Amino acid sequence: MLDSTLQYWNVGEDVSVRDAFGRVLVHQARAREDWVLLDADVAGGTGAKPLVIEHPDRVMQFGIAEQNMMAAAGGVADTGLIPVVSTFGAFGCMRAHEQFRTAIAYPERNAKLCCSHIGLDVGPDGATAQMLEDLATMRAIPGVTVISPADANEFMQAFRAILDHQGPVYMRIGRSPTPVVFGADHTFEIGKATRVREGRDVTVIATGVMVARAIAAAETLAKEGISIRVVNMATIKPIDVSEVVAAASETGGIVSAEDHNVFGGLGSAIAECAAQHHPAKMKFVGVKDTFGKSGEHDELPAMFGIDAKAIYTACKELL
Amino acid sequence: MADLKEIANTIRINCLKAIHAGRSGHPGGSLSIADMLAVLYFNEMNVDPAKPDWNERDRFILSKGHACPSLYVALAQRGYFPMEEALKLRKIDGFAEGHPDVRVPGVDAPSGSLGMGLSQGLGTALGARHQRLGFRTHVILGDGDMQEGNTWEAIMSAGHKKMDNLVAIYDSNKLQGDAPVSTQLNMGDVGEKVATFGWHVIYVDGHDTDALQVALAEAKATKGMPTFIVADTIKGKGVSFMEDVLFWHGSVTMTDEQLADSLKELEHA
Repeated sequence: MLDSTLQYWNVGEDVSVRDAFGRVLVHQARAREDWVLLDADVAGGTGAKPLVIEHPDRVMQFGIAEQNMMAAAGGVADTGLIPVVSTFGAFGCMRAHEQFRTAIAYPERNAKLCCSHIGLDVGPDGATAQMLEDLATMRAIPGVTVISPADANEFMQAFRAILDHQGPVYMRIGRSPTPVVFGADHTFEIGKATRVREGRDVTVIATGVMVARAIAAAETLAKEGISIRVVNMATIKPIDVSEVVAAASETGGIVSAEDHNVFGGLGSAIAECAAQHHPAKMKFVGVKDTFGKSGEHDELPAMFGIDAKAIYTACKELL
Repeated sequence: MADLKEIANTIRINCLKAIHAGRSGHPGGSLSIADMLAVLYFNEMNVDPAKPDWNERDRFILSKGHACPSLYVALAQRGYFPMEEALKLRKIDGFAEGHPDVRVPGVDAPSGSLGMGLSQGLGTALGARHQRLGFRTHVILGDGDMQEGNTWEAIMSAGHKKMDNLVAIYDSNKLQGDAPVSTQLNMGDVGEKVATFGWHVIYVDGHDTDALQVALAEAKATKGMPTFIVADTIKGKGVSFMEDVLFWHGSVTMTDEQLADSLKELEHA
């Protein structure tokens, strides 16, 4: 449940998760003093600007020097403060990847990395900014929790959960307006998937912006008499094994859905899990090992096969 | 407390014993920082070996992590753990990792990937400032660190932020892994460049423990800017056949005879 003092959005509204980042940062700045935001001159882009305006004393500014920021976060954490490092995905997860690995993950620092500009959701900025490899690169680092919330409301809950969680965390922040799926009754828990829709024929396990698209695909299929279970896998690592096993054992197959390269992300994590615990037929909806391009966030998914129609087709193929 | 020169000499002796026992390690760059470690751990820093995680302790980060044999033996000499643990350098049944690991009592930051130490030190210094803690942070950098772009990001940032609780000591021993610094990536007068980013720069003989103490006192007295101490050093310092010889950068295995010859020199130093 969201704290009553934290204002949340209505289900069905289109909200950029960046707005949730700014809102929850300000809320948590008032609520607790044990964390600081580390920014590399992109607070306007990540959504952290409200914190910079209202609580500048809680922001450590590094300029456009992400490697320094990331390694410094390791040192900040050593002094007992929780650093929340925030930048664009390409810079946080790739340019400063080794700093995250060596200065944060290896010493098990209590640091959080929250990155905006993830996937095709980035839109017009094009391929260099469209981080399609973050789930793979961050998941590969030992001991790192990897989270990809489905909407603005879930993001705010997840942010509070990662501040309470001891250890390194990577979390995605969305950029484009995304339908709000979860209301005030939703409870986010690290490592716990949520069943958004019950079904028996096929399970779509989706993450991030793909959850709303999975619901849309399931609704279309329902009209054809096909029953689709939709699972929101907000924590990619550690993955919710029981929910994957349930999908594999109780439905006819699994469609993974992610705004990420098909290699190394959610689909791979599900396949690793299913292969070991309960092998299942699978289809992978994701970007097919290619770079993105400029275009609007609502144009690109169809071009790259990660829209609701692609999920619909994958489900049909599994039947 | 024993004479700092004597302590530094003991660090050198134990360091080579550890590298010999570990069958690999970097003697050259370990020997060049022995005097700095003696001054930091036995004179300058406010630390408590019984409480390695005490949050108000002064921090020390060895950015040139390959020189950790000297750090481990210095920590053992200071009382953080028994010397036998340091002598298990690089061994599967020990904690003395081939490059610094925070699981070693007294090690404040991981390193071994050059270029990240000063940033981590900037982080501890920022954490201290934010929480109004009075501790100071010291970082030893090597020639390789100065070639990494990450280090220069940290130099810009620490100067900009006027971090007067942060001290970098540059172990300028002038040899790197494959060749002299002058042929690989000549950096000219590093101190001059760092000064332009708002640092107070001091040049010192890195093997003169008295001069190092004076420099650290000057750093402490310097307000409104971080201090960068350019320590002119000799790679392999203290062992005649290692001094200024590229081979001993490492990682090398020391024979029993080489160890004996080294100890003969050091024990009579």
